[in-house]
Amino acid sequence: MAVNSSEPADIELRHVSLAFDDKVVLKDVSFTLLPGHTKLILGASGSGKSTILKLILGLLKPDDGEVLVHGERVDRMAEPELLKMRGDLGMVFQEGALFDSLTVGENVGFKFYEDTDMPLEDVRQRVEEVLGFVRLDDYVDRRTSELSGGQRRRVAIARAMASKPGILLYDEATTGLDPITAITVDEEIVKLRDLEGVSSIVVTHQLRDAFFVATHGARRGGTQAGGNQIVVAPADAAKADEAEFIMLKEGLVAFEGNAAELRASTDPYIRSFLS
Amino acid sequence: MLEFVDKGLKTAVQEVQDYVRLQIAVARGIFSRPFYMHDLIEQLDQIGIGSLTVVVLAGFFTGAVLALQTGITLDQFGARPFVGRLVSASMVKELGPVLTGLMLAGRVGSGIAAELGSMVVTDQINALRALGTDPIRKLVVPRVLAGIMMTPVLTIIADSLGILGGWIIAVFQLRVASSLYWTSVTEGLYLQDAWMGLIKPFVLGLAIVTIGCHVGMRTSGGTQGVGRSTTQAVVAASVAVIAVDLFVTQLLIDLLY
Repeated sequence: MAVNSSEPADIELRHVSLAFDDKVVLKDVSFTLLPGHTKLILGASGSGKSTILKLILGLLKPDDGEVLVHGERVDRMAEPELLKMRGDLGMVFQEGALFDSLTVGENVGFKFYEDTDMPLEDVRQRVEEVLGFVRLDDYVDRRTSELSGGQRRRVAIARAMASKPGILLYDEATTGLDPITAITVDEEIVKLRDLEGVSSIVVTHQLRDAFFVATHGARRGGTQAGGNQIVVAPADAAKADEAEFIMLKEGLVAFEGNAAELRASTDPYIRSFLS
Repeated sequence: MLEFVDKGLKTAVQEVQDYVRLQIAVARGIFSRPFYMHDLIEQLDQIGIGSLTVVVLAGFFTGAVLALQTGITLDQFGARPFVGRLVSASMVKELGPVLTGLMLAGRVGSGIAAELGSMVVTDQINALRALGTDPIRKLVVPRVLAGIMMTPVLTIIADSLGILGGWIIAVFQLRVASSLYWTSVTEGLYLQDAWMGLIKPFVLGLAIVTIGCHVGMRTSGGTQGVGRSTTQAVVAASVAVIAVDLFVTQLLIDLLY
């Protein structure tokens, strides 16, 4: 997709290639994520999906090509610069990656406790606010070992969004969850995008979840709590077209387009993936 | 065959290079901000207080058995009253630092490798970095500082308990007069011995903890990998304790005596 000159990209990958020894993980991958948009990266296990997120975060460096976040070359940054750059990025890891030695509240407020002089009462208030957003406000003092798989992912989302980053990266956030729990996680992704204006990259091999995020929208409305109830419902066609899919096949981009184009694709690999 | 040797050499060089880089990063982390004081205090407690029991027991029984064994040998020369001198010199110069080092290699080295290894395989280290926290400063620096600070303290405790264990055997088994034993203990020790007994644990503590951290941070391969790292850390740290002890002893003999 071409970059709109009036709207600078949040994330851009230009001809990125990466190999581990003889194994090619990514080959000439390029894409752009615009502010407030969602990019859904699909592909089989080992196709290089999670590697893309690690490149964006600067946890890995590409062999070739450029990785840009807010127009800055991440692939050229040293670790101290990367630590600063990650301030505007939130990442939800595959299994949550919660710190087992800390409580739910300490996990969610980790960044504030460690890196800011924010008063503890204010940190607690923010922690309760984001835990309320993912409907886990009663769990603030629980140990992470007491949580179910779905709750762990939602706490991971709360931790990633606590410092209000402009970009959120989701690495298989619904893998291994039952369909009902997976939908609640998908709803959190949609809510963050539509209500908080967060740009997001969702890596998954669960088609159902990818299409849910692409085709649903969130808005505040309803009659409860002074009309402040959050409603997640199917989005209109124009909104659904905004979410862009990327399909990776053995490190190469096999498809790029919206949900309707993906469904209409006649490529045998994509057809077999969709069936 | 050549390819195998080449690959092995490359891996070994890479390992040394990464270990040296970790040491440099730790040095940088000690002398610049941010510094995680809370984590340092927690590690001082875990490494120091947590290792107290094993060090006390090891020191006490080593001193006692040393007195028992040397008592028999000294008897052949009619030198039984000198047992205190032998126990104190052996404990302070050699056995105290090395045994404490070996105990810490087993307890602390393995614990650090397992803890950091688990954090690596469950993506917690990546999560730390993603949250803008440097894992070297947050996890490695406090452990290394705590190891350097607590190993000498634990060694002094092991030395003291060893001499006490020797006293119990000397008085109740070998029938040496208590005052004679303590006089012999002080007469057997020189200032250089005390320096040697104090300097060595700093180096051993540094080696044990940095090896644990290095092996832990390089863990891969899930829970099996964590087990492998734990074993590797104990083996490498134990061998390092004995090898470093030899080199530091030689260096200190040249410098102090």
